[in-house]
Amino acid sequence: MNGPLSVATIVVALVLAAWLLLRAALNRAPSRFDLLATAVLGALVAVLVLVAVVGLFGDHRPSDTPTFGGYLITTIAFAPTAIYLARMEPTRWGNLILGVACLVLPVLVLRLQQIASVTVA
Amino acid sequence: MPDSPARTRPVDAALHTGLGRVLLFIYGVFALSASARALVQILSKFDEAPLAYLLSALAGVVYIAATVGLAIGGERGRRIALVSCSIELIGVLVVGTLSVADAVAFPDDTVWSRFGSGYGYVPLVLPFFGLGWIWKHRPTQPETRDDNA
Repeated sequence: MNGPLSVATIVVALVLAAWLLLRAALNRAPSRFDLLATAVLGALVAVLVLVAVVGLFGDHRPSDTPTFGGYLITTIAFAPTAIYLARMEPTRWGNLILGVACLVLPVLVLRLQQIASVTVA
Repeated sequence: MPDSPARTRPVDAALHTGLGRVLLFIYGVFALSASARALVQILSKFDEAPLAYLLSALAGVVYIAATVGLAIGGERGRRIALVSCSIELIGVLVVGTLSVADAVAFPDDTVWSRFGSGYGYVPLVLPFFGLGWIWKHRPTQPETRDDNA
């Protein structure tokens, strides 16, 4: 959970958040690029979640598995939900929704890392 | 179509405007995170800190109510949102202060502990946005009140 993939996800999410918030500030509706970029981030997150799920069957299971599972479901659903909502809101606020989602995702990844660091042997 | 009256949403429903939808999105995230956290805490280790976990549950319910109230708007939605946003504000201030002053009573975190520092202080800011929304969309007086007394 602590590998370069998480770091990459967090960095990409933060950069994308800055871009999307700028777009919202400039009064731009989500473009195809904005939506696609968020979808790419969503794919990155999906890979991360998949790796974490595979890890659940390994030796170092998080001791708080239910919470970990709940966070995994929330995390993987986050980008798709934001994209869905942003498509319903083709104004600057659609970009704000995407931007907020990109700000929340790093927090979710950090929480996952926190929970994963307390393991049962 | 004269047979059925059109079902329209009140104009002050937050679902009507883009900014309102962003607000609802954030409220929804907090409704989910606060209530899910409370559910896990209560199901798995209620005995450890019943007070903190009950507060977590209360916070979850309040966030859900605020989300719904802001979403539906109208007189009823306004009242629901006003009450729940006020509880939120009081909750985050009281629980925040208590958790700093008396850490023993709050051994485990709730969304409101230490003024919501575990959630980037968003729980502290959010009720202001909610109340601000309600204030901005307060119904204009239709009566003979042309002077602002």
